[in-house]
Amino acid sequence: MLIRRADDLRSSDTTPESLYLNRRDFLAAAGLLGAGLVAGFAPRDAGAMQEPQAVGKPFGLQPDDKPTPWKDVTGYNNFYEFGTGKEDPAEYAKGFVPRPWTVQVDGLVAKSGQYQLEDFLKPSAVEDRIYRHRCVEAWSMVIPWRGIPLADVLKRAQPSSQAKFVEFTTLYDPKRMPGQRSGVLPWPYVEGLRLDEAMHPLTLLATGVYGRDLPNQNGAPLRLVVPWKYGFKGIKSIVRIRLVDKQPRNTWNEANPQEYGFYSNVNPEVDHPRWSQAKERRIGEFLRRPTLMFNGYKDQVASLYAGMDLRKNF
Amino acid sequence: MDGSTFRTRLRAVREPRGFTPLLAVAACVPAVVAVAAMGSDILRDTRFFGSNPIKHGEHFLGDWTLRFLLLTLAVTPVRQLTGWNWLAKHRRTLGLFAFAYVMLHWLTYALLDVQLDWGDLTKDLAKRPYIMIGMAGLVCMMPLALTSTKGMIRRLGGARWNRLHRLAYVVPVLGTIHFWMSVKKDVTEPLLYALGFAVLFAWRLARRSRRAAAAPA
Repeated sequence: MLIRRADDLRSSDTTPESLYLNRRDFLAAAGLLGAGLVAGFAPRDAGAMQEPQAVGKPFGLQPDDKPTPWKDVTGYNNFYEFGTGKEDPAEYAKGFVPRPWTVQVDGLVAKSGQYQLEDFLKPSAVEDRIYRHRCVEAWSMVIPWRGIPLADVLKRAQPSSQAKFVEFTTLYDPKRMPGQRSGVLPWPYVEGLRLDEAMHPLTLLATGVYGRDLPNQNGAPLRLVVPWKYGFKGIKSIVRIRLVDKQPRNTWNEANPQEYGFYSNVNPEVDHPRWSQAKERRIGEFLRRPTLMFNGYKDQVASLYAGMDLRKNF
Repeated sequence: MDGSTFRTRLRAVREPRGFTPLLAVAACVPAVVAVAAMGSDILRDTRFFGSNPIKHGEHFLGDWTLRFLLLTLAVTPVRQLTGWNWLAKHRRTLGLFAFAYVMLHWLTYALLDVQLDWGDLTKDLAKRPYIMIGMAGLVCMMPLALTSTKGMIRRLGGARWNRLHRLAYVVPVLGTIHFWMSVKKDVTEPLLYALGFAVLFAWRLARRSRRAAAAPA
């Protein structure tokens, strides 16, 4: 018999609050149900009061690239530490307090150490940069990041000559990150870059978006941004940066090696096994856009992969 | 059996007034919500379906397909448990709604998501197992929808019609596998559908074996 269990219902089955609050206009807007339905609604720019200005120098933007609204940048996230739904992180990371925060830099470096976040950031000049962002799930955004070049941090640590890769680790704290209580991914989340990728001037350690400190759902207080790679390479809430001589593990590759590689460079010619990567949907747009090689950063980064078979090293 | 239970039973035998139109209206609600929310989000820049309304709508309609399949398959067990035999005639309605939702799901995928990119549509179908399986499920539902009329039952004859309509047990299996394969990592929801269908199948098997055991040798 079918009496649906409560846990068979998802939060998406209930009417979202915004839908409920705007129900009258919702119906009118739909033009599907009758008379007497009036009220104000919330278009994307209704929050213009809270909508912060996008600040920063554009990097690799196409002529028609406009910053994705704050609401989408901070409301549509993949951050499994706070749930697997796109709206989960904004909801379940609300109570997360990313202070005090220590970052450990170690491995094959001359100067290893554990730093309070403030001390870790102090020596570098913070920059605002607007980057294109492409998720492996074929959607994309344009995001005004704030952060410091990763190269700054690495140079200060003085990598030894054996150091070939950089490994990053997310905080592991299931009490504060409820998603880690489930076994959906092996925790903690780890990622890696080749040293030359890590030293590239485009590679950013982000501390903010839209000129503000990173919201928790975006990976507070410190995350990686590698604009020519799929978004999952941008590991969030980093507590450790380690220089190593072998290619580090990365979480999605471990979870599903057929679908997610180590390099994960944006490449319209190499499909994901379950979908094409040739096009993408820019959040907020209806028509799909063609995906660009290296997400539009080809001129800056293609030389890093000269002679490599990108189909094999996906 | 005391008198009051007997009376309840008798009352339950008849369909409550207004049930048929209520069911029809209720079954349309998710479709109206999906069309309205996607339409508004795309045309008026709202976010009823979040930041990616097309994907959200696609999943929403796929979910409702599976829910209507669950409801369709639940009719017989519920009828047997409660004696509400009037439910039987609504099985067809529920099945047709499942078909309507799968078509809306597919249309959202083809028109709004892939935007009739012929290369993508054919490549998806030729190369991606979860699309093939989903498509197989949809195709299996077509003859069921087409032969759902009284006239078609008569033309096919009861036995043949029944045999054809055993496809109704194949469709949920294909649908659940399709959903399972399409999720990136968190399989909680497809697992719940799988359990739901498993219970409904198990009920039928248990009843059949009970009846076989009870039959004289």
